[in-house]
Amino acid sequence: MIKRVLILAVLVFFLILFLSRVAGIDTPAQLTGVGAGYVDRSVGELNSPNVVTAVVVTYRGIDTLGEVSVLFLAAAAISLLLGSTGKKNGKGGAKEKRSASEILTTGADILVPVIMLFGVYIFLNGHLSPGGGFQGGAVVASAVLLLFLAYPGFRLRHGILAALESLSGTAYVVIAVLGLILASGFLDSRLLPLGETGRIISAGTIPLVYTLIGLKVGTELAGIIDSLGGDR
Amino acid sequence: MTSLAMITGGLLMAVGFWGILTRRNLIRMILSLAITETGLHLVMIAAGYVRHGTAPIIDEAAVAGQTVDPVPQALVLTAIVIGVAVNALLLALIIRLYRKKGTLDVESFGELRW
Repeated sequence: MIKRVLILAVLVFFLILFLSRVAGIDTPAQLTGVGAGYVDRSVGELNSPNVVTAVVVTYRGIDTLGEVSVLFLAAAAISLLLGSTGKKNGKGGAKEKRSASEILTTGADILVPVIMLFGVYIFLNGHLSPGGGFQGGAVVASAVLLLFLAYPGFRLRHGILAALESLSGTAYVVIAVLGLILASGFLDSRLLPLGETGRIISAGTIPLVYTLIGLKVGTELAGIIDSLGGDR
Repeated sequence: MTSLAMITGGLLMAVGFWGILTRRNLIRMILSLAITETGLHLVMIAAGYVRHGTAPIIDEAAVAGQTVDPVPQALVLTAIVIGVAVNALLLALIIRLYRKKGTLDVESFGELRW
C-alpha cells in the first residue's frame, strides 16, 4: 500500500513538473529553424512534396537505415527466441485448431487483396501524400495477420520471405552507396532524374527506396507475426 | 490545441508509468509501456505544432512558412517503428518465460533480485 502511495506521489510530481513546462510553451506563429529549411528546400532540391518523406528518406536517411537495421535485428532475435522449439511441440500432441467462422474466412477472402493493394499504394505514394514504406509495410503485414486469423493452417513460405527481405535490404544499401558515388552523398536521392512534381515516378530514388523499405518492413512484420503465433 | 494534445500526452505517460510500476502481469506491463510510448509520441508531435499550420505536404493550399514542423513527425515515425520492434521482442521474451515457468506473474521471476 505504501508503495502505491509513493508511486502515485512521484507520478503527480512528474505531472506537475510536466504541466508547468507545458504552460510555458508559446506556440510559434511561424515555422523557424531546421524545420523551415526542410520545408523550403524539399520541393526545389528533391522534388518531394511530402516533407516528412524527404526528411526520413534523404536528409536523415542514415537514421532510417539504422531504424531498418533495428527492426531487422528485433525480427531476427524473435525468430531466434521462439523458433527453436517448433519441432519439440510439433511432436507432442498437436491440438487440432478449430477453423475460423465463415464470416471471417469470407471477409478475409474479399479483404486481403484489397488490403495488400492499399499497402502498396501507401508506400508507392510516400513522396506525394501521407504515407511511406513503414506505414505501407505495416498495412501489408496486417493482411498477413488476417490470413493467419482466418486460416489456422496457413503457413508462410519462409524461403521467399527471407529472399525478398534480404534482397530489398541489400538493394537499399546499394542505392545508398551509389548515391555516394554518383550523386553528392550517402543516400542522396538525386541519383535518378527528379522528374515532374506530383508524378509517381519523380523525386529521384525516393519511391524506389520507400518501396524497398515497404517490402522489407512488410516481410519482417509478417515474420514477427508468424513467430509470435507459435506452433500452429 | 497544442496544450490540449500535450496534456493528453502527459496524462497518457503518467497512466502508462502507473501501469508499469503497479501491475504484476507481464503482458499488462507491456501494454502500459505501449501507452507510455503513445503519450510520448503525442507530446513530440504537439511540440512541432505551428499556429494554424497545415500538414507538411507542399501544394497550392499550403502557404509557405505555415506548415507544422516536419522534423518531430519524422522522429516519431522512427520512434513508432522502434517501439513496435521493442514491444514485439519483449512479447517474445514473455512467451519464453511463460513456457519455462507457466506463469506471467512478475513476482515469480526472482532470480535477478538482489
